[in-house]
Amino acid sequence: MKEFQWRSIAWVAIVTGIFLTTVAARSAAAQAPTEAPTGPIPAATLTTPTTPTAVPSAEGFIQRWLVLEPIPVMGVTQNAVQATVKKDALPDTQPAVPHTGDKTTVDGKDLTWHALDTKNYNLNLFHFSRSLARPTSDVLFWAVTVVNSPTEMKDVRLAIGSNAASVWWFNGEEVIGIYGDRQTVIDDGVSKRLTLKKGQNIIRAAVVNGGGATDFCARLLDADDKPIKGYTITLAK
Amino acid sequence: MKTFRRIGKLALLAVAAAAPIALALDGLVNIHDPSTVIQCDGKYYVYGTGGTALVSDDGWAWRAGTRAPRTGLAPDVIHIGDRYYMYVARNTGVTKGAINMIWSKSLDPASPNYKWEEGGVVASSDGVEESNAIDPGVFLDPTTGRLWLVYGSYFGFIRQVELDPKTGARLHAIDKPRDLAVNCEASDMMYHDGWYYLLATHGSCCRGADSGYNIRVGRSRKVTGPFVDDMGVDMIEGGGKLLLGSETRVIGPGHFGLLDLGDGVQKFSLHYEADLERGGASVLDIRPLLWKDGWPVAGSNMKEGTLEIESARAGTALEMAVEGMPVGGRITRQRPAGPPPGAAAPGTGAPAGPPPGGGPGTGGGMFAGVGHVIEPQQAAQVSSKWPSGNIDLRLSNFMSQAQQRWTISPAKGAGGYLGSPYFRITIAGTERALSATPGGELTVASSFTGAPEQLWRFDQLADGTWRIMPKAVPNATQPMALSAVGSGGVTLAKFDAASDRQHWQIQAQ
Repeated sequence: MKEFQWRSIAWVAIVTGIFLTTVAARSAAAQAPTEAPTGPIPAATLTTPTTPTAVPSAEGFIQRWLVLEPIPVMGVTQNAVQATVKKDALPDTQPAVPHTGDKTTVDGKDLTWHALDTKNYNLNLFHFSRSLARPTSDVLFWAVTVVNSPTEMKDVRLAIGSNAASVWWFNGEEVIGIYGDRQTVIDDGVSKRLTLKKGQNIIRAAVVNGGGATDFCARLLDADDKPIKGYTITLAK
Repeated sequence: MKTFRRIGKLALLAVAAAAPIALALDGLVNIHDPSTVIQCDGKYYVYGTGGTALVSDDGWAWRAGTRAPRTGLAPDVIHIGDRYYMYVARNTGVTKGAINMIWSKSLDPASPNYKWEEGGVVASSDGVEESNAIDPGVFLDPTTGRLWLVYGSYFGFIRQVELDPKTGARLHAIDKPRDLAVNCEASDMMYHDGWYYLLATHGSCCRGADSGYNIRVGRSRKVTGPFVDDMGVDMIEGGGKLLLGSETRVIGPGHFGLLDLGDGVQKFSLHYEADLERGGASVLDIRPLLWKDGWPVAGSNMKEGTLEIESARAGTALEMAVEGMPVGGRITRQRPAGPPPGAAAPGTGAPAGPPPGGGPGTGGGMFAGVGHVIEPQQAAQVSSKWPSGNIDLRLSNFMSQAQQRWTISPAKGAGGYLGSPYFRITIAGTERALSATPGGELTVASSFTGAPEQLWRFDQLADGTWRIMPKAVPNATQPMALSAVGSGGVTLAKFDAASDRQHWQIQAQ
């Protein structure tokens, strides 16, 4: 009798133990923070371009860009970012407008250019990097696009927003810098008056993120501060 | 109304010489019952009781002008076509009076067109009727082209008669004057957005700092009235909404005259019975005219100080484009591990600065403050990292940092514009001066040289915001104003009255 009782008690204990452990494990799993996924997550807002040219959006935003895989950097203040874009500059050997799939080396790292179309006014770099399972914090993204204008236009301005800091070049001249831990605001950084050349105009950006979201937007404004739309965008020469 | 007694000229000059740089008008500004300030061939003219005549090249610094051939009480002037009409009154009895008109094709005695002609009596009072025909105010209706005269003083009514815009004379002598208001004088009229306004000065004049003079207004949909104030009281029963009363250092404003500069920029001329900075003398002033809910309101001319200059459109503030330092220094903060995607995280990753502490009894923690007052950021504390030479300008979120705080102060010897001297705009605590560039852009130069591109005029607009313009833009063919582009850009562009891109809030620091 005693033996039977002990075996029964033991079984009950074991079964109860398994049950409680399972319950505990499940509730522990429910309470623990979800870990960031380790594999690439496709970018819902970005696609690979399939057409030879693009046009700006209805509000004049440029939605086709070549973006380089991210480079680890530190600091989003003005002085830190100005130092970063010099230290992690694109090599002189690289063409002004790379092709998708081209590789380049920055700070000893081999990185690939990706041609992207964004569905929105902004290009989501967080989505881009996450789609490659690359870091999204403390990084520098280089981006390039080409604006083809049918005519020369004077008194044009480049107008951008970024999360976080960014520096912009228009046909090789540095024209905008915005700094600090900021979110993307439309027309947040605005250049002085520029001349849009007839034909090709190259826009290059360096976007530096600290933590959290990272994205940018860009468009051209005319002399009345209205968005310009009468041009095409290409990436390959 | 008593005739104004003038102090000896030497005494006036002594008072003027002793005064500091005038943020009010400069030079000789003593006048009583001024006419509307009027422009002729680029100069400004004003005429007062007793034959006073003042002239200015810029609307700020005034000097003695040329007496008109007919003088008297409280003249008014208007420019119609190629003629300048002056209306001036004389009493020949206590309330017996007449308003005469004279005209000339120029107000500048140096002009070949300067020749005054007599135009006759346009209104009068016989000493018994219920009005004293003095203090004329002449008004050209912009919607109909008809010309009107209002006149009168404390005895009886403010009255209105119609004049002929082709001659400046009374249109129909037999037409009975219309009674519009009581218990006031120095009347005038204006039109704005579908309403006619009758302005008048209430209260006592001519008693220095004891003058209760104040400018009031009623309005009507019709040019002939009735003119009713904002509480529904008709001016014919003494109503009137206050437009301007006495202020800290100036007592007894009166004799409103409208100056419409176009582009929605309006000012008004007036006198104060007693300018306390000038020994209680009666002096001219020119101030912005604002509009609030369909009523005119007196604005103020720019005063000096350390200020934030913020775009009314974008909500961002003028900033010299250097790296900012948080007030009190940078705080080191750990970025939390594994933030959810899309969430902004604090921290800039830059070390240095005091660790987050706590005030007494707070127990510490990142929101508890540092336990002592954090003083305003001075330029000297942070400017060692600023580059020398010209620095760009941008608009940025205001954070009370040194590169966003500007000292606006009058520029010595630089002249002025209607109502004010030109100002210099420098980063507070430095000599770095806001400058216009030849491309119609902006820069912050390393020092103030007094060049025209570093001199700024501030005109208060109808909504209380400010238009800010350089005295000159190198190589520019038209006047340009400080203009916001998007959220973060700032430039110079032709003033567009329909846009708020060129509206600026000036916030005292």
